[in-house]
Amino acid sequence: MNESEARSLLEIADDELILGWRDSEWTGIAPLLEEDVAFSSIAQNEIGHARALYELVARERGTTADELAFDRAPNEYRNSRLVELRLLDWEKTIARHWLYEQADAERLERLKRSDNAEVAGLAAKIDREEAYHRMHAKMWFDRLEDEPRFTAAVDELRPLLDEGRDEHTPELGELWEEMTMVRRSQPAGTTW
Amino acid sequence: MVTAARVWEALAEIPDPEIPVISLVDLGVIRDVAVESGTVRVGFTPTFLGCPALEVMRDAMAERIRELGAEPEIEVVTDDSWSTDRITAEGREKLRTAGFAPPAPREASAPTLVQLQSNVFRCPYCGSTDTRLENIFGPTPCRSLRYCASCRQPFEQFKTI
Repeated sequence: MNESEARSLLEIADDELILGWRDSEWTGIAPLLEEDVAFSSIAQNEIGHARALYELVARERGTTADELAFDRAPNEYRNSRLVELRLLDWEKTIARHWLYEQADAERLERLKRSDNAEVAGLAAKIDREEAYHRMHAKMWFDRLEDEPRFTAAVDELRPLLDEGRDEHTPELGELWEEMTMVRRSQPAGTTW
Repeated sequence: MVTAARVWEALAEIPDPEIPVISLVDLGVIRDVAVESGTVRVGFTPTFLGCPALEVMRDAMAERIRELGAEPEIEVVTDDSWSTDRITAEGREKLRTAGFAPPAPREASAPTLVQLQSNVFRCPYCGSTDTRLENIFGPTPCRSLRYCASCRQPFEQFKTI
């Protein structure tokens, strides 16, 4: 794996980690019980994907998955702006889900063709799980595609897919504070 | 002297942490076992990457191997080699009798919503296929929720991976 490939995997891992955290914010408060279950499961999968990707990058860079996930400063994360926003509206949450899953599918198709067998194998495994996320997103898209609030949310969020990897909104910093709070409270060298 | 056969037997006694009716061997997550001068190397494929039971499985395998007097080396393989097709026939039957509908076979392309919404999934309680999808997601990443209109019973359907 060369540095450019590691960097690209890190972008995906960061996207999945941050989106997993944002999705988990619906646990307990989603508008429907089914969606509480769905977003909690999706969040769990995304964070599992992030971990597996971080592990590949960590081996390349001589570090650990946890250090990559939690010990960088917020401005060092490579996630897209779309995933870091704290969305309190359901239509925007579904719009983000729909946009993200489509973009993620394209990215996974590319990774599945990687010359690096480990990367290709992991991408294939992730894609099997993501198929269920895409089904869920499609189900909501079919339900909401004629709703003006939903289409407006899709139009508003679409440009953010390719933005923000180099600089972040304060919302990422706030999420980072929460995400790393326990880890930062422990003495250096604590093993987990 | 530990043999691979003895290791397989020991691993077959470890229950799945979330669905204890089936063992890790039934679940098909153990890809291979190699014994070499006091070290037992196990190739282990996760089911879902975010499954919290994986750590528990790994620790349980290591403990059993130490009980056999060998040093465990658990190698986690994160490629596409685990599929729900690897659940053994015996494992599928144990799942069904415990009220979990076993997964449909994997196809070349990913499953679709149309397939999940179709009437081919059999209720593990009454055997009817008059069942409908309630939620793609369930209590763990590996399961969906369905409802049987025939015996009016909700049930958990293993996702095909």
